[in-house]
Amino acid sequence: MDFLNAIVALSNFVLVPAIAYGSQLALGALGVTLIYGILRFSNFAHGDTMAFGTMVTILMTWWLQSMGVSLGPLPTALLALPVGIVGCMALVLITDRVVYRFYREQRAKPVILVIVSIGVMFILNGLVRFIIGPGDQRFADGERFIITAFDFRKMTGLQEGLALKTTQGITLVTAVIVVALLFWFLNHTRAGKSMRAYSDNEDLALLSGINPDRVVMITWLIVGALATVAGVLYGLDKSFKPFTYLQLLLPVFASAIVGGLGNPLGAIAGGFVIAFSEVMVTYAWKKVLGHLLPESLEPSGLVQLLSTDYKFAVSFVILLIVLLFRPTGLFRGKAV
Amino acid sequence: MNETLRNVFLFAFVAGLIVLSGVMQSWNTAMVIVNMGLVSAVMSLGLNLQWGFAGLFNVGVMGFTALGGLATVLVAMPPVTEAWAAGGWRIMLGLLFGAAVIAAAAVVRYRMRPSRRRAAAMVTILVVGFFVYRWIFDAGVQAVEAVDPAKTGYLGGLGLPVVLAWPVGGLLAAGAAWIIGKAALGLRSDYLAIATLGIAEIIIAVLKNEDWLSRGVKNVTGIPRPVPYEIDLQSDPGFVAKAEAMGFDPVTASSLFVKVIYAGFFAAVVAALLVLAQLALKSPWGRMLRAIRDNEVAAEAMGKDVTRRHLQVFILGSAVCGMAGAMMTTLDSALIPTTYQPLRYTFLIWVMVIVGGSGNNLGAVLGGFLVWFLWVQVEPMGQWFMATITAPMAEDNALRVHLLESAAHMRLLTMGVVLLVVLRFSPRGLIPEK
Repeated sequence: MDFLNAIVALSNFVLVPAIAYGSQLALGALGVTLIYGILRFSNFAHGDTMAFGTMVTILMTWWLQSMGVSLGPLPTALLALPVGIVGCMALVLITDRVVYRFYREQRAKPVILVIVSIGVMFILNGLVRFIIGPGDQRFADGERFIITAFDFRKMTGLQEGLALKTTQGITLVTAVIVVALLFWFLNHTRAGKSMRAYSDNEDLALLSGINPDRVVMITWLIVGALATVAGVLYGLDKSFKPFTYLQLLLPVFASAIVGGLGNPLGAIAGGFVIAFSEVMVTYAWKKVLGHLLPESLEPSGLVQLLSTDYKFAVSFVILLIVLLFRPTGLFRGKAV
Repeated sequence: MNETLRNVFLFAFVAGLIVLSGVMQSWNTAMVIVNMGLVSAVMSLGLNLQWGFAGLFNVGVMGFTALGGLATVLVAMPPVTEAWAAGGWRIMLGLLFGAAVIAAAAVVRYRMRPSRRRAAAMVTILVVGFFVYRWIFDAGVQAVEAVDPAKTGYLGGLGLPVVLAWPVGGLLAAGAAWIIGKAALGLRSDYLAIATLGIAEIIIAVLKNEDWLSRGVKNVTGIPRPVPYEIDLQSDPGFVAKAEAMGFDPVTASSLFVKVIYAGFFAAVVAALLVLAQLALKSPWGRMLRAIRDNEVAAEAMGKDVTRRHLQVFILGSAVCGMAGAMMTTLDSALIPTTYQPLRYTFLIWVMVIVGGSGNNLGAVLGGFLVWFLWVQVEPMGQWFMATITAPMAEDNALRVHLLESAAHMRLLTMGVVLLVVLRFSPRGLIPEK
């Protein structure tokens, strides 16, 4: 019986990683949900948009590194991030101008736009693989840990260590800043308010003189920024591989739907719900239970509910449960 | 007659492309394209049932295809008797127990009135049941996977003729489609899309991880074939004499011969499915589906059971995809779970249906062949293109090396461009729906 050690072990292996992963998912889901709210379709190209923004950032990071620029303990990628964001914004504006606008003007059905986004997904995927290759890229540099498990043990004298990776800290801080900025923008600026008005009732918004092209453009700009930030944080924390980003589509969409499509607050909540359930179900609880239970009851197996490869299954099951019992998501989303 | 002529011309054009690659590359390459083109045609016929007839947005084709592949292993591979003796029955018991737990939870849900007690009872049954299930199941799995892991380490199949796996693959896929359709149909179309995307990933995860079932990433190879082996043909004097009389060397002739027999099998399936799909399209049932697709509310007002019809066609289409998956694994004689990737097995099939013409069965077949041809041939074309434009550069120029290395990824780009161009300029596809 050792509550402190159990809590530390739990934080080290479950809470901290899940919070970081949840923030990344939430940022991704915010992009999906904004597109859904304003442009009214599910953007299948979002995972690859994230990959594209991250790729630009990585290339910039490499260039900076070769020039000898660094941020000291922080990863150089943070310096390159603005460039990645601008690159991604340019990309989404171009795709909108070349591809999506035509269908918007025709007032095509949402499902047609979804198929169009599949085409964009193919192109972006090919483009990213073409430029940076299909392999794994690591681009994190600087200090690896804020606190290592060893230091933590020495400081507290506990048996368990709590390691906090720099990337996890950065993820959390960045996510909080980005989300705060986004909500301030949506709630307190004229452009943000016109976006919400357009999302709630398109006709009424048009009647009151809101310029739809401007709303759409601002939405894409925000989505480009969100996608890049989410992608770079994920890449820093784990690693960058185009195929992984394509697969991120599933948990990102699950987050957005669980929270309620079209609802930004829901996207954040959904991201954390999905991340926590993924990490908790695939974590081997032996250590934590070993601290909590008396010795006679200590588990002999790993007490891992599902192997880590089934993490997609977890987001999927959560999605199904929510859809069955609350079809519009935890926070009432739109139903188009 | 104009329309028929146009269709004949389109099919002749694709056939010409394949013949051209036969002449310019080799007949073997051409036959490989034909065989996979036939399999692709089956897949796109299946997806066309769902999307073209009924407007259902299924992005889980990969999962149903993989289930078909699994069926091939389960039907055709010889059973591993030691593994069954070691823990096979225990695994089966575990699975039965798991099913019983779920059934018990369902009974509680239907029999008890909604209350806290009901929720508590359900959760208790599920949680306790899960741990008991894992206790029974895990030991069996360990025992099975320990049986000669380098060669078997799984339960094997039934040792039946491999062609039987095709309908069985359809049935497996239909079962999965029933579960997913029950949960997600009747909700919004986006939800069905995400649900199918999810189930496909899960099925692949199961194939990769459940070694007792499919050997996981160790792959199952050497699945029995419905056709003779090349080696046997080459040592058969009768065959060698015939091949030489026709002016082929025995090695080429044997591999061509095998591929032609496969093509015969597959063409029979495609023809049968095409006839059935055409009959279905023209039947009252097909008209009802299209009416539902075009105006769900009106169809419902006419007393049509929209959700039921959707479920029906969803299961049918998925079954066809499962069959295609079984055919493909038969052709490869191997189940390699890591090769299943959504871009290739789900979204490429979508490109086939959209390019061919959604709602038109002939279009689906044409799209299957044409897009598959492009998918295969864009790579050498890309290599050639890159080699041509980089020819003036120095041999070791970094850009040149990079471009040549990356040429393989041109195919994804090309598919995206083809899809977008068709959607923009000919949104109804090459052979539009009537």
